[in-house]
Amino acid sequence: MYKWIHQFGSPKYFYDISIPLSKWIAIVCAISFIGGLYGGLVLAPADYQQGDSFRIIYLHVPAAWMSLFVYLVIAFSGAVSLIWHIKITDIIARASAPIGASFTFLALVTGAIWGKPMWGTYWVWDARLTSELILLFLYLGYIALQSAFSDKRIAARAGAILVLIGVINIPIIHYSVEWWSTLHQGPTISKLDKPSIHLTMLIPLLLMVLAFKTFYITTLLIRARSEILGYEYNSSWVKKYVIK
Amino acid sequence: MNIILRGLKNMSLNDFFSMGGYAVYVWSAYGISFIVLFLNIILAIRNEYKTLNEIKKRLQNNKK
Repeated sequence: MYKWIHQFGSPKYFYDISIPLSKWIAIVCAISFIGGLYGGLVLAPADYQQGDSFRIIYLHVPAAWMSLFVYLVIAFSGAVSLIWHIKITDIIARASAPIGASFTFLALVTGAIWGKPMWGTYWVWDARLTSELILLFLYLGYIALQSAFSDKRIAARAGAILVLIGVINIPIIHYSVEWWSTLHQGPTISKLDKPSIHLTMLIPLLLMVLAFKTFYITTLLIRARSEILGYEYNSSWVKKYVIK
Repeated sequence: MNIILRGLKNMSLNDFFSMGGYAVYVWSAYGISFIVLFLNIILAIRNEYKTLNEIKKRLQNNKK
């Protein structure tokens, strides 16, 4: 196990393994995307309260989940690299930030578009929406911080501290619909044993969640590769690889 | 398999595009999402090529 962690932590090993890995995961992503879209847009019946507008859920929920998930990945990698100074976790954190920011942006935009026909407004300053907006600012702050330092190690450390302080926002987002009264509806599938939606609606949603997750991993691996090259451009394996 | 085929038979193209009157909302949400996801892939791949080319250039300059 330790040996495996050590191997995976080596940038060259990570680079080598990421090339076939990203291809296979991209295929899983494409299949689940097609399946999820077909199921969500064609097979699932219209909602009895929201009509066809509920189909936005197939983008909104996966995007919102991933916005939290990617943030936790960055925070975890930040903590690991603060404690053990591992290069690969710095790289994962940096490469994740723009992807997480775009998921957050999507969650906000699709939510606003969904809100207009259902609530009569694109935006309200309630707990769920405001805390998700703060999450977007945390991502943007992290990205700005990364480009503010010429030394990547210092940038990674500063970013890790910012992100770890911002972790307090994650439970606030998650529980906001229970703690405060809000326009936002309660969770749809938090209770997996007894979900509040029908299977023909649920299965496409789970497929879309899988699609978004594999999309994240694919783009993360591609971005991580160029980060690794940027870090390691002086090492012999990069030179060999580039000349080849 | 049956469900998948039935879905196709029951749905007319008109229904599909009009989305029960919510076409503007549903399709704009899907459109924006596709643009954002597509840009994510393109920018990531472009980034990789850019870094590779930069390193290549640096190595060639060092040789001279």
